[in-house]
Amino acid sequence: MKSSVITFPGSNCDRDMDVALKKFGFKNKMVWHADAELPKSDLVVLPGGFSYGDYLRCGSMASKSKIMQSVINFANSGGMVMGICNGFQILVESGLVPGVLLRNKYLEFICKNVFVKINDKQNKYFKNVNNEVLEFHIAHNEGNYFCTQDQLKEIEDNNQIAINYCDENGKIEDQFNPNGSIKNIAGIFNKEKNVLGMMPHPERMIDTSLSGEDGSLFFKNLINNLK
Amino acid sequence: MKISVIITLKKDVLDPQGKVIHQTLDGMGFNDVNEVRQGKYFEIDTKETDNDKAKAKVEEMCKKLLANLVIENYKIIDPK
Repeated sequence: MKSSVITFPGSNCDRDMDVALKKFGFKNKMVWHADAELPKSDLVVLPGGFSYGDYLRCGSMASKSKIMQSVINFANSGGMVMGICNGFQILVESGLVPGVLLRNKYLEFICKNVFVKINDKQNKYFKNVNNEVLEFHIAHNEGNYFCTQDQLKEIEDNNQIAINYCDENGKIEDQFNPNGSIKNIAGIFNKEKNVLGMMPHPERMIDTSLSGEDGSLFFKNLINNLK
Repeated sequence: MKISVIITLKKDVLDPQGKVIHQTLDGMGFNDVNEVRQGKYFEIDTKETDNDKAKAKVEEMCKKLLANLVIENYKIIDPK
């Protein structure tokens, strides 16, 4: 399985993602934002970080970079594209997934472990994951998911919510919502579910001595689903 | 020609920064403030000399980059 991680100026989780993908068997290539051509890939990842210093709106500049036209074409032809954190912000700004990510409700940069409940398993990202709840890490200032009421209805009708913030037992309540996101949304799909944007970082949970193992579950499962 | 653009958050979008500014103003004794909404202001100096054409180009910039129309409105201010 071949993957590509796009590096934008200001990306800082690109190498972590490279390590994670390789650990679970992907042949990964790093791709520079100014390149026009995407290498042959089974998965494209937009990593976390602070592309273009979060100028204007997080992800807005990166969404207009040269490589993104190829990423958009790849996604529109059914290719798997995953955006993590700033990558999620780039996905919403490029229109690949609906909605926007606003400043966190309490204006704090949040850096902690959270639990997320998998809402939909009819997709290549979460199909066959045995757990209902995963522990991931979040680190963001603008993760407050927002969309219009019409968009929300469409997202819910199409079952596009991927994961919701919850407690360790999978209870989705306001008190477990770290940033004010509508419906505790932590990650969403496009309509076809080949594009996933999420704020949590699975690549930070691939080593028991450093953090936890739930990211390992995610990546092991992902590569098996792609085979 | 210089054209200015003001970007504001739509009515239903939460503006926590505006809220904090409001609270601070309150604390400073400006007690008659009903609400504060924070926005963005751009000054675009363009080579275009035709007023209408310049405005049309700036409108395109707003739609494609300067504003995110899910949450923001834009207002182009007539060049003087």
